[in-house]
Amino acid sequence: MLEAYLPIFVLLGIALFLAIVLAILSRVIGPYRPSATKLRPYESGMDPVGDAKERYSISFYMVAMEFIVFDLEIIFIYPWAVRYKELGLGTFFAVMVFILILTLGLIYTLKKESKNFQISKSTN
Amino acid sequence: MEIINDLLLFLPATIVAIGGLTVMMLDGYKARSRTIYTTTMVFLGIALGVASWDLLMQAPELIFSDMAGAGGTAAFGTFIVVFGTFFTVILTHDYLIGVKHNFPQVYPLLMFCTFGMIVLATANDLVTVFVGLETMSVCLYALAGIIRDKRLGVESALKYFVMGAFSTGFFLYGITLLYGATGSTSLPEIGAYTDGGLIYWGGVSLLLVAFMFKVSAVPFHMWTPDVYTGSPTTITAYMSTAGKTASFVALVLILDRAMPFIATELTATFSIIALLTMILGNAVAMVQDNVKRMLAYSSIAHVGYLFVGLAAGSVAGYSAVLFYLLAYTFMNVGAFGVVAYYEKNHDVHFNNVESYAGLGYQRPIMGVLLSIFLFSLAGIPISAGFNAKYLVFSAGIEAGLVSLVVVGVLASAASAYYYLRVMVYLYFREGKESVSLIEPKKVYSFSLVFLALLTLYFGVVPGGVTEMIYGYFSDSMLTATAP
Amino acid sequence: METFFFVFVATFALGTALAMVLSKNTVNSALFLILHMLSVSGFYLSLNAQFLAVIQILVYAGAIMVLFLFVIMVLNMDEDEQIVTKVDFKQIFAVLVTVIVLAQLLYIVGNFTGALPDFSQQELMAIGTVEAIGDEMFTTFLLPFEATAILLTAAVVGAMLLAQKNVNVEDEIE
Repeated sequence: MLEAYLPIFVLLGIALFLAIVLAILSRVIGPYRPSATKLRPYESGMDPVGDAKERYSISFYMVAMEFIVFDLEIIFIYPWAVRYKELGLGTFFAVMVFILILTLGLIYTLKKESKNFQISKSTN
Repeated sequence: MEIINDLLLFLPATIVAIGGLTVMMLDGYKARSRTIYTTTMVFLGIALGVASWDLLMQAPELIFSDMAGAGGTAAFGTFIVVFGTFFTVILTHDYLIGVKHNFPQVYPLLMFCTFGMIVLATANDLVTVFVGLETMSVCLYALAGIIRDKRLGVESALKYFVMGAFSTGFFLYGITLLYGATGSTSLPEIGAYTDGGLIYWGGVSLLLVAFMFKVSAVPFHMWTPDVYTGSPTTITAYMSTAGKTASFVALVLILDRAMPFIATELTATFSIIALLTMILGNAVAMVQDNVKRMLAYSSIAHVGYLFVGLAAGSVAGYSAVLFYLLAYTFMNVGAFGVVAYYEKNHDVHFNNVESYAGLGYQRPIMGVLLSIFLFSLAGIPISAGFNAKYLVFSAGIEAGLVSLVVVGVLASAASAYYYLRVMVYLYFREGKESVSLIEPKKVYSFSLVFLALLTLYFGVVPGGVTEMIYGYFSDSMLTATAP
Repeated sequence: METFFFVFVATFALGTALAMVLSKNTVNSALFLILHMLSVSGFYLSLNAQFLAVIQILVYAGAIMVLFLFVIMVLNMDEDEQIVTKVDFKQIFAVLVTVIVLAQLLYIVGNFTGALPDFSQQELMAIGTVEAIGDEMFTTFLLPFEATAILLTAAVVGAMLLAQKNVNVEDEIE
């Protein structure tokens, strides 16, 4: 039974193989000449001061939320897409209602989120 | 077509869900908050009408390929939930404007929450129970944290979320084990399974622990006082009435349909839980000076009385629990409504019992209303609370739990102390500084008066309702096995 | 073939799980968790649960991990803050819970009750497929399916409520 998934494993193997080989190849073949100049900022650039890690605004988190919601939608859409013909018109409407509800949620978020981003622009 | 029929039987939930989406989109397109509020009320009004019709006319039936029920207990639970929400929204609108936190998102969230509660209260399958429970909880986590500029509000939301997520884990684990033991998630099919092994009992206990978390029974009550104190007052009323009703109805259904053969085995466990909950809830409520916190502990105490009904493990016990939930919804929404009114005039945390001194004469109607609700919560005769307690305790006596009921009656008598203390402050103490109360809106006082009238009405003539509830369990396995 | 596959995936799963717990950098931990989830989806494949394997990668290794990384970025913990040196109550509790869960899993494996119907290899293949789950989800489980849409929307609205900038609103005068 695992043999049925052989193509996937072959693909995985090739991807892994290529990733490793390319990383090593670029190290071996590519020229490597470090110099102090390369570490300096570009012209008119600023010297990096302080920690590069900063607290991210909560607005970015909302984007992640939204991504998760639609990623979860895949769970439901995927089996439907596979069985689309067999399930018929009733299920089609059921899934459309499902998508409609989530789309309303998306429109709502976009409307609200744009407002939030604007506030942050004007206050900063 | 079957699906149309199912949808018609599930109409209250459908209306509430559509209402929630409509209100949400109105907010997205920046409608005025008045419009949003009115739309919410219109949808809830229609849903309440349909729910009442279902309550009176609909025979019990299973819908959506046995995923949910209609009529019977399902209609009863739906009615209480929609009823509680209807009045909560009226009170919430006024209260949140008063404390300057009237976010438009509150209304869609309340609607989605109600949808989740209806799904929970009508569920006939553990999968449906889970989805309903989660929909309800997710909305409540957000609603608990509306007042973000006060530390208590933030604490409330965070605590509720962490504890809620924790109990969700228990719940899922319980479902998994039960499915592993019985091979089904459908309540009647689990109920048909009789020979319990360790896996079965593990599933049952995890499921029950999760429910005890949700309804805040001791020793799983730790989150309740903080969450109830920090949340906006009317939302607290909502959580403690509609939310608890939905959870309890689901619990009763699970006990009745999925575990009829182990009802006697569970009696001891439920008795201990009931005992602890009654004693702790009442004892700690006595020493509270904050009225909202006192009501939070009193709601724990009431969960204790409800567990007496569950411990009885009989049809009488379960129907007493359902009646109790109805009565508790009337009186607790009312009591929190008056507290919210006092609070709204001042600070968000104007809740100390001493600051109530002399308020009873300022707006006499509010004082009288609060007294009625508190009398009913204390279980003093001619109030719905008295009848509810009477039914629960008599079911306990019938099941032979005499000592438990004695403790319950004593605890209930002791509870009169802290309820009456509020009234003493209202009427017999002089306020230190003169506090002026603005006149309540007409609709606000009318809804409170209506709730008070219902409280009194069910205190005088509970008969019809109790018989109706009793009828829901006519095909229960318990009646067949009862001695 | 199957034994070989199992041993390979199991070793990989154990190794990545250990690396995740022991790694001091939170981001590295998260990345090891992704590898661990990949190996878990390998288990699902060997159990003929094709749909679960796909979902494990799509949702857990994809979406949930994005959320984890966002949380790590939002919290922005310093690296030395998370090195726990002393054994405290939380750790004891964690170990206790782990032991209980492990014991209970071993018990279940040891005492399989047989309540679940006995399936042949062929039938098992058919049950775990995406097609079989699709057939069930949109017929029997239609109500929970639609309710999930409301649940997800409610979660979005709730997050919007808590994450918005203003903490107060003045209502317009009526």
